[in-house]
Amino acid sequence: MKLEEIRVCVLRVGGTNCDAETKRAFENLGVQAEILHINEVVKSQNLLEYQVLVFPGGFSYGDYVRAGVIWANWILAKLGKELKAFVEDDRPVFGICNGFQVLVEAGLLPGFEGLSQYPEAALATNLPPGYNCRWVYLKCENNGKCIFSGKIPKGKVLRVPVAHSEGRFIFTKEQEKKLLEKLYENDQLVFRYCDRTGEYAEGNYPMNPNGSFHDIAGICNSEGTIFGLMPHPERAFYWWQQPNWTRQKRMPQYGDGKLIFESLINYLEKKS
Amino acid sequence: MRIAVALKPGHSDPEGETATRLLKELGYKVETVNVSKVYNVFLEARSRKEAVMKAEEMCKRLLANPTKDKYTIVVEEQK
Repeated sequence: MKLEEIRVCVLRVGGTNCDAETKRAFENLGVQAEILHINEVVKSQNLLEYQVLVFPGGFSYGDYVRAGVIWANWILAKLGKELKAFVEDDRPVFGICNGFQVLVEAGLLPGFEGLSQYPEAALATNLPPGYNCRWVYLKCENNGKCIFSGKIPKGKVLRVPVAHSEGRFIFTKEQEKKLLEKLYENDQLVFRYCDRTGEYAEGNYPMNPNGSFHDIAGICNSEGTIFGLMPHPERAFYWWQQPNWTRQKRMPQYGDGKLIFESLINYLEKKS
Repeated sequence: MRIAVALKPGHSDPEGETATRLLKELGYKVETVNVSKVYNVFLEARSRKEAVMKAEEMCKRLLANPTKDKYTIVVEEQK
């Protein structure tokens, strides 16, 4: 697929607040990106005109009931058929922060056996409690299944920020061991929280900023085409978004977050 | 009806733990505090059974995440 043919749909609803940065990140890589309110997509029924669907960060519908659940139910009710067709066509779906919460609540992630009727995981209240906004380190765990990490070697450490109150990834207690094994078996684990040297956080704050089970920061579905990540790669795209940029004499032009967007575009370019 | 959604046993309840700690600081002999969310739902149903069925569907689809939440439903008739 030619770069200029790639169209990205950055969805938004009331409370979405990371749509502009996400659009800019994609445009920097030479693809077309549009911010569309979900009602526009419902009205024009044009979801399948896009090659990538993004649920950006924010606080959709005020995070009422549970973060992401209202948007998840809304899209399943209004665009369920189109979304299913989009996913079954192996078109990439990306959920960042609140978008990850939406994908989990909608049953698209972890998606062990495709779209599940009810959520198979949860992004629970942070532990320690409260809103946490800080830079964290992520270690790439994927062996090549996830199309969003193709340009990131396994074991590489990225620095990106988190900003959320409900980001503690959990499975149901009785099955957490079994489901974690399944994540590994299917190569669905993409990023884990770690320290700057790449040592796993082992649940310790602040390296693991929310108490996530097994330091999980991001996972993909069993096909590798749907990816959810709590940290914000779009906020670590350019060098000047990094917290220490004024103290550096020489900085690279881009931040680590760019690698995630690049991996996706690289995959699409190779796709016939 | 009254639908209460709470965390399943064994799941961390950071809000409840924080409240427990503070109540203890304030001198109350509190063992634990568990936080739950209560939804008061007003609807028309032909029977109690139908109301419960509807409430269960609401919990499964929206109000509770089966990974971590349990729910209780109490139906009150209003004439």
